[in-house]
Amino acid sequence: MTGTSSDTPKEFFVIEDPHHGDDHGEHHHETGTMLGFWIYLMSDCLIFGILFATYAVLGQNYAAGPAPADLFEIELILVATFALLFSSITFGFAVLRMDMNDLRGTILWMIITGLFGAGFLYLELKEFTHLWHIGATPMASAFLSSFFVLVGTHGLHVLGGSIWLIVLLIQLGQHGLSHENKRRVMCLSLFWHFLDLIWIGVFSLVYLTGVLL
Amino acid sequence: MSDHAQGGHGTLKSYMVGFLLSVVLTLIPFWIVLGDVMDSTGWAIAIIFTLGATQMLVHIHYFLHVSLKVEAGWQVMSLGLTVLLLVIVMAGSIWVMFNLDENMMPAHEQIERVRNLP
Repeated sequence: MTGTSSDTPKEFFVIEDPHHGDDHGEHHHETGTMLGFWIYLMSDCLIFGILFATYAVLGQNYAAGPAPADLFEIELILVATFALLFSSITFGFAVLRMDMNDLRGTILWMIITGLFGAGFLYLELKEFTHLWHIGATPMASAFLSSFFVLVGTHGLHVLGGSIWLIVLLIQLGQHGLSHENKRRVMCLSLFWHFLDLIWIGVFSLVYLTGVLL
Repeated sequence: MSDHAQGGHGTLKSYMVGFLLSVVLTLIPFWIVLGDVMDSTGWAIAIIFTLGATQMLVHIHYFLHVSLKVEAGWQVMSLGLTVLLLVIVMAGSIWVMFNLDENMMPAHEQIERVRNLP
């Protein structure tokens, strides 16, 4: 398996190279960036996979502390889930606007995406401070340790994505829809959709299943 | 170059289809939990996980635009490798730790067992 994965990029470049003349030199570079970013996402996916496995193993050990049914407010999680889902589709709209070379539309939809992301972060912060306030800290039980690591890591990713989005908005304002900026928007788009995908696992395993058990 | 770039971005229609499918696939599991509609917890969890996995596939197809085309084969290849590693890590840890739980009985049960020996 490792042989196949390390061979693929080489083969890919060997095939792609002859197709492009001088004017398409940047395309080669762009595909390389997208490939590299995709591999980063896949490695990030492995990190989350390990955190999910940790939660699946430790999630039932409450150490006489609170259980998910005592702590989680599913209505709040539903709102947070939809905030993230809406931010995914609005980022899709931003990419579509970018394809039409509409700078204003791209920036507008990206701002809306950022607002939904901020809403998600606000709800998560509210939940965490509430849990902390009632004594459900990571120190209380193995369940809470693995919960805070998994959900917290996802939250930090969303925070990182939001900061990236703000930086990208500044870059778009300065340089417009240049070739580099289009590539950056596509990378952030992948990252943002990926975070929404991880969240599906979080609400299915941690919140919904946790409350049922 | 332009057709390559367009091919990776999707269309308004594909985004809307993905979005609507996601909304339905999100609402059903939340409805199951909030409405308390299932008698059997095991079945409810099975449905939640099936719908979650389906929604992940929807996202991969409609939002991440992973395609099986040859020129984008590296995407599918690396995704396949990641899924394989994930399955090994997750199924492996859950299996091993479950067995450990089963076989390492709490101390009081062991004391009870020794007491009952003939």
